[in-house]
Amino acid sequence: MQEHGFSSGLKAGASIAIGYFPVALTFGLLAKTTGLSLIEATAMSIFVFAGAAQYISLSLITAGVLPALIVVNTFIVNIRHFLMTAALNEKMEPDARWKKALYAFGITDETFTVLATQPGDKIRTSFAAGVIVISYGSWVVFTSLGHLIGASLPGFLQASMSIALYAMFVGLLVPSMKGNRKVVSLALIAALFNSLFYFTGWLSTGWAIMVSTLASAIIIELISRKGVAA
Amino acid sequence: MGAWFWWMIFGMAVVTYIPRAIPLTFLEGRELPEAVQNVLRNIPYAVLGALIFPAVFFIQENVWFGVIGAASAFAIAFTGANVILVVLGTIAILSVYGLWFG
Repeated sequence: MQEHGFSSGLKAGASIAIGYFPVALTFGLLAKTTGLSLIEATAMSIFVFAGAAQYISLSLITAGVLPALIVVNTFIVNIRHFLMTAALNEKMEPDARWKKALYAFGITDETFTVLATQPGDKIRTSFAAGVIVISYGSWVVFTSLGHLIGASLPGFLQASMSIALYAMFVGLLVPSMKGNRKVVSLALIAALFNSLFYFTGWLSTGWAIMVSTLASAIIIELISRKGVAA
Repeated sequence: MGAWFWWMIFGMAVVTYIPRAIPLTFLEGRELPEAVQNVLRNIPYAVLGALIFPAVFFIQENVWFGVIGAASAFAIAFTGANVILVVLGTIAILSVYGLWFG
């Protein structure tokens, strides 16, 4: 039973590490122009480890928003992780609470999607640790590097690498989509809801992702159950 | 930045950790109702749809970056390539596009 352990996790997390590279580098650079020292920028990535929330905090700091409000906003942006970790819990092997509390720190949109779409029944804790270590390492190291270098990648590479995380999401979704109408509908309906919220501006990004995900998951569940009953 | 900055990081760390940790620790060893389990099992694929669209179209000011990127990623993924190849292949295609038309 040494399969699907730590080193498989590192491998599965490699695409996240690649995807975080340009995002963290730019975060380090922006943190520097916002006035954060190298230590402060790196500390934020070490302790918070939440891309969207960290980016937003920089623009709020620049705008002179009260720090307490920045914390509240961070919570609002990250509420969607309640839903993701509840879903992930169904997929993880049972383990000691302290271990789960430890790796819970490393659950981001990206690590969640990689873990939750793994084939097979249950995921081992060591596999999750591998995925998280390589992702977290990339996030922290490249935050520092971005601040140190104080420049982003050459224009064309910066532009092309900004697709990385989305390409990863596609790469995770497509294998499950093949021959599975339920998966296609789930992704499609959530995408439509999220686009609606985006273009109307009814919900901010964090809420929009959570509400569209939940709505799609419930609608498809109701439809598929009716299908079985009929 | 002053001392407030460190208090802010502390606060951000706490409120980021709570939504990640509470479900994983609180739900350990608890059996949820069948209907809830079924909905939770749908979440990963729904999340992927919402994470990809519409944000992928706005990665650059030039919307074609996102359109070509998304189309390339789906095309490569449908050949059965693994995730890392989808990522690197899509970056390569957009690099070429960026160098020619960027």
